[in-house]
Amino acid sequence: MEELVNIFVRSVFIDNLVLAYYLGMCSYLAVSRTVQTSVGLGFAVIFVLGITVPINYLIDNYLLSRGALAWLGPRFAEVDLSFLTFIVFIAIIASMVQLVEMIIEKFSPTLYNSLGIFLPLIAVNCAILGASLFMQERNYANIAEATSFGLGSGVGWFLAIVGIAAIREKIRYSNVPAPLRGLGITFIITGLMGIAFMSFMGIEL
Amino acid sequence: MSENTKNKAEPLFSYKNKKLITNPIGKENPITIQVLGICSVLAVTVQLRPSLVLAIAVVAVMGISNVVISLIRNITPPRIRIIVQLTVIASLVIIVDEVLKAAMYDVSRQLAIFVGLIITNCIIMGRLEGFALYNKPWPSFLDGIGNASGYGAVLIAVGFIRELFGSGTLMGQQVIPEFLYNIGYVDNGLFILPPMAMIAVGVMIWVQRTRDPELIDVS
Repeated sequence: MEELVNIFVRSVFIDNLVLAYYLGMCSYLAVSRTVQTSVGLGFAVIFVLGITVPINYLIDNYLLSRGALAWLGPRFAEVDLSFLTFIVFIAIIASMVQLVEMIIEKFSPTLYNSLGIFLPLIAVNCAILGASLFMQERNYANIAEATSFGLGSGVGWFLAIVGIAAIREKIRYSNVPAPLRGLGITFIITGLMGIAFMSFMGIEL
Repeated sequence: MSENTKNKAEPLFSYKNKKLITNPIGKENPITIQVLGICSVLAVTVQLRPSLVLAIAVVAVMGISNVVISLIRNITPPRIRIIVQLTVIASLVIIVDEVLKAAMYDVSRQLAIFVGLIITNCIIMGRLEGFALYNKPWPSFLDGIGNASGYGAVLIAVGFIRELFGSGTLMGQQVIPEFLYNIGYVDNGLFILPPMAMIAVGVMIWVQRTRDPELIDVS
C-alpha cells in the first residue's frame, strides 16, 4: 500500500509528465486558453491514462515481452514479440479514446462541444503513449502499481494544464511585448513552472 | 510511375513544389508557428547528436508515411482513416527503431522512449490529415520532407544551443577553448536541465516574430 502511494505522489510531482518530460505539449499549449476547457481535457486525460496504462501493462506482460507467452505452453516460452509494442499500444489507446469520446458525447454534450477536435487528438497525445512506454521501461511489479502510476501521471498532467490555463487567463491583462504574445510567453512560463517543479526532485520517497 | 505523370503536368521542382519545402522551414514552421510536435523537441535536445538522429528519423518517417497515405488515399474509407494512419506511422517507426538499435545502440539508449513517441508526434498526423489525404504522392512527399525539415531545424538549433552553453561541447567534442575556462568561464548548468529547452524555444519564437511582425499572435 505504501508503495502505491509512493508511486502516485512520485508521478504527480517529481516525474510530472508535462513539467519534467514535456509530454503532451501539443494539446497542453492549444487547449490552455481558458480554465474551463482545460479542466475538461485534464479529466479526460486522467480517465484515459487510468484505463490504458493497466491494460497495456497486462498486454505487455502476458503477450508481448520475452517469455510472456509461457502460459500457452513450453513451446512459446522463448517467443519475444516486444517489437510489436508500439503498434499494439497505439491501437489500444486509439480504441480507448474512441470509447471515452462516445461516453462524453452521451453524458455531457457541452463538454463534448467545448473539447471539440482535441478529444480525438488525445489518441495522438504523446502523454498517453509516453506513460505506457514509461510503464514498460520502469518494470512495475504488478497491475496495482501500474494503475497507480497511470492515475498519478494523469493527475500531474491535470495540475499542469489547469495551472498554465489560470496563468494565461491572468496574463491577458499584462503588457507582454507584442512578438512574445500568445505562444512565446506560454513557452517561457512553462519553462519557469518546470524549474519550480524541479524543486520536488530533492524529495526522497 | 507517379513521378512520370507529374513530369508531364509540371516540372518536378516547380515554384509551387519548392514552396512546399521552403515554407515549413520558415514562415509555417511546424514548431514555432503551428505548435505541433513540441514534445520531443524539449526532451532529446540536451546534446546535438541525439537531436540530429531524431531529426533524420522524423524526416524519414514523415516522407515515407506521406507517400504511403497519399497512394492509398482513394481506397481508404474516411471513417477508419485515423487507425490506418496510425498503423502506417507505427510500422515505419518500428523499422526506424530496429535500425537504430542495430546501427547506433548508444544513441538509441539515449533517445529511449522518444523514438516510439514519433508515432504520436502531432506534426506527422497533422500533415497526413491536412495534406497527404488530398494530394498526389510527389507533392505529399515534398510536403512531408519540408515539414520534417522545419521540425528538424528547430530540434538541431535547440540541441546546438543547449550543448554549446550547457557543457561546452558539440557532438561530444569540446569546442570552448581551455584558456576561457582558465580565465573563469563556467558552463551554464541550467542549459542541461529540461526547462531551459522550453525557454530556448520561447526565445526563438520571440526572435522570429520580431523579425516578421505579421506572424504576431493577436489573441
